[in-house]
Amino acid sequence: MTKDEVYTKVQQVLVDALGVDDDEIVPTAALMDDLGAESIDFLDIQFRLEKAFSIKIPKGDLTPEGLTNNPEFVQGGKFTDRGLAEVASRMPLADIAPLRADPKVENMSKLFTVDFMTKYIFSKVG
Amino acid sequence: MRWMWIDKFTQFESGKRAVAIKANCLAEDHLHDLYPAFPIVPQSLLIEGMAQTAGLLVGETNGYKEKVVLAKIGRATFERLVRAGQTVEFEAVVEQLNHIGASISGVIRTISGPEKLQVGTIEMMFSHIDNNISGTKFPAHNFVFTEHFTRIVTAFGEKIDVKI
Repeated sequence: MTKDEVYTKVQQVLVDALGVDDDEIVPTAALMDDLGAESIDFLDIQFRLEKAFSIKIPKGDLTPEGLTNNPEFVQGGKFTDRGLAEVASRMPLADIAPLRADPKVENMSKLFTVDFMTKYIFSKVG
Repeated sequence: MRWMWIDKFTQFESGKRAVAIKANCLAEDHLHDLYPAFPIVPQSLLIEGMAQTAGLLVGETNGYKEKVVLAKIGRATFERLVRAGQTVEFEAVVEQLNHIGASISGVIRTISGPEKLQVGTIEMMFSHIDNNISGTKFPAHNFVFTEHFTRIVTAFGEKIDVKI
């Protein structure tokens, strides 16, 4: 499966899960900030991706768990250097530059872009 | 007392599928709220019936250890009205389930003798809220699955008729 084919299917999954128009789905769009996704939508998207691509996404693989409530990784509402390293380690396909520039916890949502989702799925099925 | 919106289960396959029914009586106030001269069951309450059917199905899968709450209605379409005197059937099927939650597809029908007519279809998602992605904390006790509520499942298969 080519990356373009993966992108097209990811785009359809996001349209179905988030009720947005397909022209809103651009590679740089962040799921929460730009497409209005809420936390439960990530589970919906995960289920739909598993079905669309006939894959099983392991626990915490797409959406890392236990990062934001770990005091070694987050202090005063911001990721520590160790926390940023942990994010980079657990989301190797994400562009974490926005988080490095402003390590507020809420900015982690900027990592979940359409491009990241496409790269993640492509790494599973490409 | 929790607001029960199903009367009993007629089929229950743990972790897979459940069917529940509810009788709708003209004496229930909500039938008169939308159109006083034309009593119908509001569709929002049909969704509630499906949510209770599916929520118990999802909760029973893990022995009611998780707090299962309705988190998203992906789609709900209706093609018929439900009127007083009709019994409604809620069929819920587990599409996917993991440690964070579950997705359910549901079909609502009316039952009239041997005839069943489709009222609508629903896609909904449930969250195991203690495992929510956002990390929000909730009280330790399971406020969702009280004994009063889970009794509907344990009563599955019991005969309704009781002679005294």
